[in-house]
Amino acid sequence: MKILVCITNVPDTTARISFTDGDTKLNKAGVQYIIGPYDDYALARGVELKEQSGGMLTVLNVGPADSEPQIRKALAIGADDAIRVDAEPVDSFFVAEQIAHVARQNGYDLILMGRESIDFNSGIVHGLVGELLGIPSFSPVMKLDIEGGKARFAREIDGGKEYLEADLPLILGCQEPIAEWKIPNMRGIMTARTKPLQVVEPVPTEELTVLQKYELPPAKGACRMIPAEEAETLIRLLKTEAKVL
Amino acid sequence: MSVLVFLETDKGIIKKTSQEAIAYGAAVASATGGTVTALALGEGDASELAKAGRFGAAKVLHAADPRLNQENSLAYASALVQAVGATGSTVVILAKSGIGDAVAARAAARLKAAIVSGATELPDTAGGFSVKRSIYTGKAFATVEMKAPVKIIAIRKNAVDVQAEEGSAAVEVFNPVFGDNDFKATVTGSEKAGTQLSLTDADIIVSGGRGMKGPENWQPLIDLAQALGAATGCSKPVSDLDWRPHHEHIGQTGIKVAPNLYIACGISGAIQHLAGVNGSKCIVVINKDPEAPFFKAADYGIVGDVFDVLPRLTKAIKEG
Ligand SMILES: Cc1cc2nc3c(=O)[nH]c(=O)nc-3n(C[C@H](O)[C@H](O)[C@H](O)COP(=O)(O)OP(=O)(O)OC[C@H]3O[C@@H](n4cnc5c(N)ncnc54)[C@H](O)[C@@H]3O)c2cc1C
Repeated sequence: MKILVCITNVPDTTARISFTDGDTKLNKAGVQYIIGPYDDYALARGVELKEQSGGMLTVLNVGPADSEPQIRKALAIGADDAIRVDAEPVDSFFVAEQIAHVARQNGYDLILMGRESIDFNSGIVHGLVGELLGIPSFSPVMKLDIEGGKARFAREIDGGKEYLEADLPLILGCQEPIAEWKIPNMRGIMTARTKPLQVVEPVPTEELTVLQKYELPPAKGACRMIPAEEAETLIRLLKTEAKVL
Repeated sequence: MSVLVFLETDKGIIKKTSQEAIAYGAAVASATGGTVTALALGEGDASELAKAGRFGAAKVLHAADPRLNQENSLAYASALVQAVGATGSTVVILAKSGIGDAVAARAAARLKAAIVSGATELPDTAGGFSVKRSIYTGKAFATVEMKAPVKIIAIRKNAVDVQAEEGSAAVEVFNPVFGDNDFKATVTGSEKAGTQLSLTDADIIVSGGRGMKGPENWQPLIDLAQALGAATGCSKPVSDLDWRPHHEHIGQTGIKVAPNLYIACGISGAIQHLAGVNGSKCIVVINKDPEAPFFKAADYGIVGDVFDVLPRLTKAIKEG
């Protein structure tokens, strides 16, 4: 079985976000980068499935050379090889076109990624790629087993979950508890250094959206404290002042 | 611009998030000159669907094919693309959700449409078409110009004020054509939390953290939620420990919510939790630690023991 896991390289969940260049670029100073947490779940399950079935797992990132530490980490966790499409990802459609292009060339049985990136949170790349390749996509997937060319999986739906079965090839957007995040061990880190990382040029795409500017939310006003024994006051304020009851 | 709105229904009734999507679509149509058609898929009662008119839809296309009773992004996207063609719509509005995003994505790829997911405001249509959206899990916003002829927008809760008015939409039967490719997966089972109010639809959420001390202590929180007509949520450790079901997990790696009122009980306010709630209009924090970081993100705070404060709040509401 050939598995492709797509990862994003994103600011750590605790990162303070600010912008430069007239609010058109993220200020990367002091920002730690990580593999997207949802992508990390996809990778962990991908590695487990690969180990069970004895297949091959390729990790793919669309991003500039800054992403390489995260790609190496994915190799250390258990990916066999890596592809980096050398481009600044401009929007979801651009990223999806790159992934679809790689997938068309190499033919994967299973494509896994996070349900969404944590920088743009769109949650649409798996659907876009699915449509571009003409294969089904599902998200958010929280359980996944593969048996004889068939996937059995659970998807979160509003207020619960749904169990499904479908033939490969498939694209799935993953979330917990599909697997536990994996931490690379020493041996993994050593072998990752020599695993192949291929850098490829992006394919041209049409520009469908253009970023105009970024902005931060307005500063939050002070919190109004209410003594614990005056619960009634809180209810009254929620009705008359905040007008949310 | 003619607008098509994708409806999500629950037992045939239009979900609140979809009512917002209609209102959003109606605002776009009235700013740009056009009408709003809504698309309903699967089981649905014509008199319920006609209520789309209250939020600004002129017409509802209803495809009642029973195969559409199961959420299915492939078939839904096919139906949506055909409805765009049938109505000549150039703007498509959906509520942001798992299925909404999936349908939006697949339809966008087919239509070569510009797609924005997570819009928080109405678009600016003066001299172009740009829309503001939430990014970095609510820590920032981006304004994006949408250049393609067809524009697809998935909106966040509270992106528009909903005012229901008198009105009834004409409900028309719609028969999209499906291919084998549209029904590739078999649903083998499902688990759903019965009559519980869903988190993304709820106007009020009462949410518990590790400060609730154990699953056996949830009753006071549930009582408050019931008194308020609220949904219940929780922090990640609470669902990791199986104190509460996974679909209640709110935050960076869980559900992102934007209710009118979020009441956090015994939750410290870690940045990853805040990321899932910072779209809320009003945040109340109850925590026994006056230094809990959540107070910095709150509108109202009570320093106290949840097991003392929650029953008081429930009583105050019941006494009116
Ligand atoms: C990559 C990543 C992603 C994450 N994603 C999420 C996410 O999506 N959602 C999420 O919630 N977390 C997430 N986390 C975890 C997050 O960092 C925190 O650990 C978590 O939110 C803490 O949960 P908590 O507030 O319930 O528990 P704690 O931090 O243990 O806080 C318990 C609080 O309860 C208070 N308390 C205790 N007893 C009482 C009492 N009797 N009355 C009143 N107050 C009391 C305490 O003062 C304390 O503030 C993530 C972490 C990482 C690294």
